[in-house]
Amino acid sequence: MAIKDYIRERFFPHIWCPGCGHGTVLNSLLRAVSQLGMSKNEIVVVSGIGCSSRISGYVDFHTLHTLHGRALAFATGVKLSRPELNLIVPMGDGDALAIGGNHFIHAARRNIDLTAIVMNNRIYGMTGGQYSPLSGHGILATTAPYTNIDYAFDTVKLATAAGASFVARGTTYHVQQLAKILKQAILHEGFSVVEVLTQCPTYFGRKNRLGTAADMMEQYKNNTTPIGSKAKQENPDLIERGVFVQKEIPEYCSEYDKIIERAMKGN
Amino acid sequence: MKTENIKFIQGNEACVEGAMYAGLDFFAGYPITPSTEIAELLSRRLPQKGGKFIQMEDEIASMSAIIGASLTGNKVMTATSGPGFSLMQEALGYAIMAEIPCVIVNVQRGGPSTGIPTHVSQGDVCQTRWGTHGDHAIVALTASTHQDVFETTVEAFNISETYRTPVVLLYDEVVGHMRERLVVPEAGELALVERLRTSVREGVDYHPYLPREDGRLPMSDFGGVHRYNVTGLFHDMWGFPSDNPKVVHGLLRHLVDKIRNNVNQIARFKEYYLKDAECILISYGSSARSARHVVEYLRPRGERIGLLELQTLWPFPHDIVDEKCANAKSVVVVEMNMGQIMREVKRAVKNPERVFLANRIDGVFIAPRDIRDILRIIQGKGV
Amino acid sequence: MAKPKLKAHVINQEWCKGCGICVHFCPKSVLELDEADKVFAARRSDCICCHLCELRCPDLAIEVETEQD
Repeated sequence: MAIKDYIRERFFPHIWCPGCGHGTVLNSLLRAVSQLGMSKNEIVVVSGIGCSSRISGYVDFHTLHTLHGRALAFATGVKLSRPELNLIVPMGDGDALAIGGNHFIHAARRNIDLTAIVMNNRIYGMTGGQYSPLSGHGILATTAPYTNIDYAFDTVKLATAAGASFVARGTTYHVQQLAKILKQAILHEGFSVVEVLTQCPTYFGRKNRLGTAADMMEQYKNNTTPIGSKAKQENPDLIERGVFVQKEIPEYCSEYDKIIERAMKGN
Repeated sequence: MKTENIKFIQGNEACVEGAMYAGLDFFAGYPITPSTEIAELLSRRLPQKGGKFIQMEDEIASMSAIIGASLTGNKVMTATSGPGFSLMQEALGYAIMAEIPCVIVNVQRGGPSTGIPTHVSQGDVCQTRWGTHGDHAIVALTASTHQDVFETTVEAFNISETYRTPVVLLYDEVVGHMRERLVVPEAGELALVERLRTSVREGVDYHPYLPREDGRLPMSDFGGVHRYNVTGLFHDMWGFPSDNPKVVHGLLRHLVDKIRNNVNQIARFKEYYLKDAECILISYGSSARSARHVVEYLRPRGERIGLLELQTLWPFPHDIVDEKCANAKSVVVVEMNMGQIMREVKRAVKNPERVFLANRIDGVFIAPRDIRDILRIIQGKGV
Repeated sequence: MAKPKLKAHVINQEWCKGCGICVHFCPKSVLELDEADKVFAARRSDCICCHLCELRCPDLAIEVETEQD
């Protein structure tokens, strides 16, 4: 298959658990890249720390495995110094929105051309199953043994409010839609955020008695709906998926190039 | 010397001049007293030559961004002071582990914590050495005059690119903010080191972390023909995570030894009247200005006193200090902290009971009189 | 356009972790897990080459080869 061209095959089989949604995200991402016909040398994947962030080791691009929460900051340095490169930044839910929350909102505010993929499995998997800012009220986790008392961010609303010019949500069940969204996100010139609802059957699933990986994906199938659908109107609790925001506004690196032009002219 | 090369500027600006001379391409930073002028000046200067400046949301992001930019082949720098330097420690450790050239300026102010933002201290010396976790090596330079600020800045980039390591420029608020004459050298006067890039051709397996026979590690720019992984985990020669004991041991030794084995090449210092000195002052940064004043004042009055001004603080040049102080009856370390370099000097010299501390820790710049008073007490003469 | 004709289900036994996602979601129940918990095509002829197993597999372990390939 063409997508095998884009992986570092010698490191497979990968370390993710059986049924881990991150593998499906990798699958969809590679299809998106393959369909876009991008050259491997023009892609830089910058990730943070966590199960999600291990994705960078498996892809045959320029890869930068950074510090917990700081992927977007490192990526900003790479992108601003070489704007012609294509930056893809996969992060976990905790990585992007807990410790990385500040960098997330500022990257969005700058509208710098990065594609942030928030692989939301509602848990800190690598460290053994602690709750995250996207876990949600009432769930169980190793650090929420009496159930979680705080509520989750709405990643889409947060990204939108922070100024991201492309905001979308997909799931590991809806793989065809996911690949399409990722393509649009990568092509979009500006800060793109794709939240992917993915499953951690090992920790989140087991602790909250959600069954197998397939069972968890059934939940994504049943509890999500296209944006503005009739089903959503009838049942407001459904989670919408699709492209929420897509606007053409000035991108940070292009704006900075104009600064350079002015500065070099002596203005 | 052309008159347009003579400037009367702050030390922070001398640092900027040095960085531009060295070929700085990219700066990411965050405002903090007393380093803010460096960011302000570079926000104007860098785009004038096609370079990039960005003010990030905090110091953690600043340090992270310059590492990213260094990987695409740029010479990079950030500037901060104590509280910001504390924030940068994790990412600084990343640059050490991943062997990424970068320069970090810390214009020291009173600490700990918020401390006294507008007053001087030299309290971050040990933090510079051990601020980031784990066994590691670090290079730190300092200077007491603007001409030396310029030269040590250029040297910092050279060392950084030669050894693929972060280099800290440990200046202080007095040097940073005072105004003094600087003569900017002509192009070509000071040697510049460009990073060593790999000659491995496209399609041939490139090992980003396999040292050559001479110990150097050729780099390849992100976006270029070689795709590889960079990580803060212990890694093999391809940059892939590894917890294999042989790999871990080998890499840790490499990271430390590449600096430790080059102490004498990295060591910069200045000597004043050391040959027959009975009392040797050891100082650095702005304290050294007062120390030098003391020496210049007491020598014509018959005192056999000298000054060893350190410009490289880490790796500490133990052998050089030991050698220079061999014949002195007393060694007095002059610094504005509670003896951070004095500790190193005591470890370096024979008969460490002859090492004393002349210091000031209240945010007031240590004056020549302060040093002379302490010398009199040490010599049993009272004040 | 002619319906894609199945050539083979190419399954990487080393990469397959037996998670069962492809088995569960196959619209024609073509796939099953064997005693070693590896997927195989139990009802090969029912396959409509929708590729959903291939697209969803977290391990890139299954490929639906069609005649056009």
